[in-house]
Amino acid sequence: MSDNGTFTPVIVGFLCNWCSYRAADLAGTSRMGYPATLRDIRIMCTGRLDPTFVLRALQKGADGVLIMGCHPGQCHYQEGNYKAIRRFALLRRTLRQLGIADERVQLHWASAAEGVQFAQTVARVTEQIRQLGPLDWTHNWPNEDPYAVEEAVHE
Amino acid sequence: MSKQKPKLALYWASSCGGCEIAVLGLHEKILNVAEAFDIVFWPCVMDFKYADVEAMEDGEIDVCLFNGAIRNDENAHMAHLLRQKSKVLVAFGACSYGGSIPGLANFTDREAMFQWIYSDSPSTVNPDGVVPQKSTDVPEGELRLPGFWNTVKTLAQVVPVDYFLPGCPPEASSIEIAVNAIVSGELPPPGSVIGPDVTVCDECPRKKSEKKIERFYRPQEIIPDPDTCLLEQGLFCAGIATRSGCGAKCPQVGFGCRGCYGPNEGVLDHGAKILTGIASVIDAMTAEEAEAIFDTLPDPAGYFYRFHLPDSLLRRKARGNGKRQPVGETSQREPA
Repeated sequence: MSDNGTFTPVIVGFLCNWCSYRAADLAGTSRMGYPATLRDIRIMCTGRLDPTFVLRALQKGADGVLIMGCHPGQCHYQEGNYKAIRRFALLRRTLRQLGIADERVQLHWASAAEGVQFAQTVARVTEQIRQLGPLDWTHNWPNEDPYAVEEAVHE
Repeated sequence: MSKQKPKLALYWASSCGGCEIAVLGLHEKILNVAEAFDIVFWPCVMDFKYADVEAMEDGEIDVCLFNGAIRNDENAHMAHLLRQKSKVLVAFGACSYGGSIPGLANFTDREAMFQWIYSDSPSTVNPDGVVPQKSTDVPEGELRLPGFWNTVKTLAQVVPVDYFLPGCPPEASSIEIAVNAIVSGELPPPGSVIGPDVTVCDECPRKKSEKKIERFYRPQEIIPDPDTCLLEQGLFCAGIATRSGCGAKCPQVGFGCRGCYGPNEGVLDHGAKILTGIASVIDAMTAEEAEAIFDTLPDPAGYFYRFHLPDSLLRRKARGNGKRQPVGETSQREPA
């Protein structure tokens, strides 16, 4: 994976169990094609998504994060996705201050019946992140310690 | 007792000196410290040289209280040296534990800082563009300055640390707990934060009920009710996700917790936990409503990561526009 146009982003997907994970299933069983960039992780609800998960994914090498859940008003737990909306709004502001483009971390909705929308969203987000290039977060702090005994001394 | 007194060292790296004052804040109990320990290195108050430490045997110092973040070669040199010479190394205070205020420099980088400090700031006159250099030749010989880092680090990111004592500065009561633990030998497992694992809310006497924040206020904009939770009144308070041990002093005098005691056990990213807490209690059902409320909270990252940016998962702002930068120096004339 390099900058020469063949870059394939790694996107970590947090999909809600009741809607978007099933939309992904539907897209699969319906044999819809979409880029194989998403590493999906099933969570019970987007309201369970701790912003720590997103930060961890970016720090561990993801180029982007895609959070998907039930449409507002259709949450299996009544209002988990409203919590996600609030957290996401604040997380995005925080990430902007840390120099991370909005396109890298996105929140979208897809119901269990919306396999097509799911596949289209993954394709669109993949293309946006491909345009941005690799994130490669840990390159932001190369070792500056002349006394370090070895690389990555103590984490 | 004929037993030799344990040897104590105190050092400051990138810090304000407040931690040293906090040690003196023990008042008369400082005499217990002087009685229990043989102070072998404390540049703030006594005349020691680095050569004195270099001359010591490895592990000769029993306890080293190290305050301050690591932001230049000198800080790193002393961190490595004191680690080698100390049996127990304690990251003392928020800077060495989490990076703290010096760590806010991770929102920018060396070049931008030097540009502002040595050129652009209104009080600077520097027509020759003089910038500190690592090495300068003068008729008398070569002068050297420690290299200045782009990224501020915590002590534990540079050397292994045995214990962490949070706080900006650590409260006298927290220092007492630590000193007593060391003197009695009843220490928690290595790698622990010394102090109770509760949040500031647990110790805060303000009345708390269900929170539905409609907008945030800056401290100067309102006079808060003295008995109600500050967050409920729209004042930013990090107490919901911050370790206590301080006695909730700030909220008790009408100022929201800034988060200096850092995260509780098991938390990977202090800022993310404050973010979650703050975002969960706003009165918004749509993205537009949430955005309107957050418009009243300027500089959220500054609030969330005030004391733990270098210690957070992302550690710093992206260098460049969030795209990968070539590794290595970007300027030809390498500043200090």
